Amino acid sequence: MSTTTVKPMKPWAATPRDRALTTLSVVLAALSTFAIVAATPMKGKIAYFFVFFIAWLVIDSLFVLQKNGVKGVGNGFAEKLTFLGALIVMMAVSSILWSAISRGAAGLNIAYFTQNMRNASIFDPIGMGGIAHAIFGTLLLIAIAIAISVPMGILTALYLTEIKGKAAGLIQFLVQAMSGVPSVVAGLFIYAAVILNTPLRPSAFLGGLALTILMVPTVTRTSQEVLNLVPRDLREAGLAMGATQWKTVALVVVPAARSGLITAVILGVARIAGETAPLLFTVGTFDSYNFNPFVGQNSAIPVIIWSGLNAGSAESIQRAWSAILILLIVVLVIFVSARIFGKKSMKK
Amino acid sequence: MSLDAPEKTTPQARKITTKPRVSDQIFRGVVTAFSFSALVILALIALFLFLKGFSALKAQGFNFITSFEWNVFVDDTGKEVAHFGLQAMLVGTVVISIIALLIAVPLAVLTALFLTFYAPDRIKKILITVIDLMAAFPSILYGLWGYFVLMPMAIYWAQLINKWLGWIYIFDVPEPIFSRSPFIAGIVLSVMIIPIITSVSREVFSQTPLDRVQAAYALGATKWGMIRAVVLPFGANGVVGGSMLALGRAFGETVAVFSVLNIVYRTNFQVLYTQGGNVASHIIQRFGEAGATEMSALIAAGLVLFMLTLLVNFFANYIVTKTVKSGR
Amino acid sequence: MSEKIDRTTPSALSAVSSARAEKKVAGTAPLGTGLEARGVHAWFDKHHALSDVSLDFSAGTVTALIGPSGCGKSTFIRTLNRMHEFIPDTSMAGQVLLDGKDIYEPGIDVTKIRLQIGMVFQKPNPFPSMTIGENVLSGLKLAQIKTSNPDELMEECLTRAGLWSEVKDRLDAHAGGLSGGQQQRLCIARALAVKPKVLLMDEPCSALDPGSTLRIEETISQLSKSMTIVIVTHNMQQAARVSDYTAFFLSDGGPGQMIEVGPTNEIFSRPRDQRTENYVTGRFG
Repeated sequence: MSTTTVKPMKPWAATPRDRALTTLSVVLAALSTFAIVAATPMKGKIAYFFVFFIAWLVIDSLFVLQKNGVKGVGNGFAEKLTFLGALIVMMAVSSILWSAISRGAAGLNIAYFTQNMRNASIFDPIGMGGIAHAIFGTLLLIAIAIAISVPMGILTALYLTEIKGKAAGLIQFLVQAMSGVPSVVAGLFIYAAVILNTPLRPSAFLGGLALTILMVPTVTRTSQEVLNLVPRDLREAGLAMGATQWKTVALVVVPAARSGLITAVILGVARIAGETAPLLFTVGTFDSYNFNPFVGQNSAIPVIIWSGLNAGSAESIQRAWSAILILLIVVLVIFVSARIFGKKSMKK
Repeated sequence: MSLDAPEKTTPQARKITTKPRVSDQIFRGVVTAFSFSALVILALIALFLFLKGFSALKAQGFNFITSFEWNVFVDDTGKEVAHFGLQAMLVGTVVISIIALLIAVPLAVLTALFLTFYAPDRIKKILITVIDLMAAFPSILYGLWGYFVLMPMAIYWAQLINKWLGWIYIFDVPEPIFSRSPFIAGIVLSVMIIPIITSVSREVFSQTPLDRVQAAYALGATKWGMIRAVVLPFGANGVVGGSMLALGRAFGETVAVFSVLNIVYRTNFQVLYTQGGNVASHIIQRFGEAGATEMSALIAAGLVLFMLTLLVNFFANYIVTKTVKSGR
Repeated sequence: MSEKIDRTTPSALSAVSSARAEKKVAGTAPLGTGLEARGVHAWFDKHHALSDVSLDFSAGTVTALIGPSGCGKSTFIRTLNRMHEFIPDTSMAGQVLLDGKDIYEPGIDVTKIRLQIGMVFQKPNPFPSMTIGENVLSGLKLAQIKTSNPDELMEECLTRAGLWSEVKDRLDAHAGGLSGGQQQRLCIARALAVKPKVLLMDEPCSALDPGSTLRIEETISQLSKSMTIVIVTHNMQQAARVSDYTAFFLSDGGPGQMIEVGPTNEIFSRPRDQRTENYVTGRFG
């Protein structure tokens, strides 16, 4: 049986006639939209959007009715509706991204990155004053949060995957409960527990503590997933050689899961990098650099944005937009690196 | 000579024990101690919020949740008089969260269906990345966008709704001021929670058992017929669970809501009107100027919020695990 | 494969099928002119899985497709009701004619085709969120076909599938509570409700116990009086018991091909191709 003369085909794929009909229905819908909007008192982008969608629905349904009958119309309607849903969501995301980029870019300049606000007021024009101190503050906060939540998170994950003690079910449940703590409650807790009870006052350290509460569940959950992916044979090989459990975990399991654990930390950082509410209670605000994490209020990018928004002057609002653009880029970079690390750990 | 086989008794299983080495004992001890930190932290949160909020709770009693006045002042005799009732803010939290769910759930389910069953491969990958990214946006970004970009459009929509549906109480307004209303806050919240619901729904939909899908198609179902007969019944639990998780997130939203909502201490069901509030934004609004008495009340409010969110999350996880276990 | 029928001699098998051929009643008027495959090929992406299969399924007959695993029988049967195209990146060539019209013609409504060519799968797959009664009528609901007397139709289909007596008192129970054999008969009833002309069965009994298998084979015999049936089976005794014609598929490392087709008792007693003989005598497979 010679197969060289037979070509594989897809008779179910969309034919040129199908595509032509689809284009025709779109064009007809567009034309009717203009006609309808011109003839009625409706105005605005929304009017065009919805009239077009309804017109397209009706016209395309007529074509489908001719081809597939009544149930085909329901099918076509549902398909377009799902498309509409996805389209609306995409429009929202694009609008958010675009507003950050277009409004934020205007305020960016060298001074923005290198200066702080000590000598500038909220009314000073762009070019005077910047958020360098806030960038430093945010990095400081992230460092403190990492220092505490990484050991806590990874060790908890190790308990759940390696030791699997009797309390594992309870701990699992608690980690899940902890991931639901609202960020404002985390800040309020540190305020109530520390600031009201001890002589400690708002500082970067306390902010880091509040962020830790939010970061630990993310780190734990992701680490758990990653550690569970390490094949059992590896652990068994280590134990079979007579190694203690702790040596097996430290020298075999953790290195095997290393890139996944890094992903877990990165995802945790992404979670807290943009948080505002907890910092309001625990860090305060500050106009310039504060290198002491334990004493004195400090500055952070989200709080700068918050203050800028509330201050209300055109310049402070511009600074706020630029700051959010920076924050957004930082979060995006963190997110993308988590993805890349995540893929690397999958490949192993 | 007996032909019976000798009696056999199955021996009892031996207990297997091992004495772990010292280094292992230390290891296990350290790890266990650290993992109990989750328990410790949660307990501490509840404890301190309760302790510090106690005086307010004691003074108001159950009225803390049900009454709807919030003020503290010094009266003519120099005594401090305080009324703290959270009801207006609790109702406000629920109102804007419901608006958010009403908008977000249909959009998220439609998007999840589109991604799972209709989107071509390349578009699907791009969209999924974008939606995951959306989940990572800082909340303050939603606040800025909500106030400067969304609000002008939303005010126009609110005016339209008021014009055509104003005869219904919730769409009526005492004065034609539509800015910073629960309606707008609800829209902003909905955009924030759409990624969560979409992700969960998408995962559930993609796990629809293939044999049922094929059964539907073999009976001559269209794609939508198959979705209605097989996918939606299968995924309903997961969608509900995802929505409840999103609800928990919506309850605690602070800065985004604060930017687009005029926090006024009145229970307001007329969602298009410029009055509303939620517990979280109320806390940060009053925090700056609060004296000791009010501070105690604000902390108690945080405790109430914490309990509420825990409850919703617990319920949500229960529903999601029920789906996974039953496998239907 | 745990059945005790002696598979030693092909003549024993052909005797069984000859007996069956005599039992078949001069049938009630078969529907349509049957199903015909002409030069059917199938690809999974670039992999050529099925090559040049031409088979004519006369109306009112039962045809068994036999052959070792992986030789394209399931792929072929799925080209007959256009289920093959659901797998991503697949393609086909050739024609499949139902009552003389190619079901792959562009512009045709494929859901209508599947109403006329039904399928029963290897693993029973009733809809768990529906009751037994709803399952039977689900095909009608999906196709938005109105019926004047749903209860009567339900009873008729369940009776033809051999399940009525066992479930008539619990039509409102959920389908998940039935045994494997009962579920498969429910799937048969469900397929019958839309009144197909052809019923395709992809190893319908391989997941069932021998008792259920026997009951389903009885059902197949009854059904063949009013429709065309194509059944893929690994079990040669089953092929001998239920089918009028048998087609033998084989793959020699390349795409699967249909080696030989003929009346069942001839395939088992006097196969023309050596490979067929090797298979039915148990030398491989």
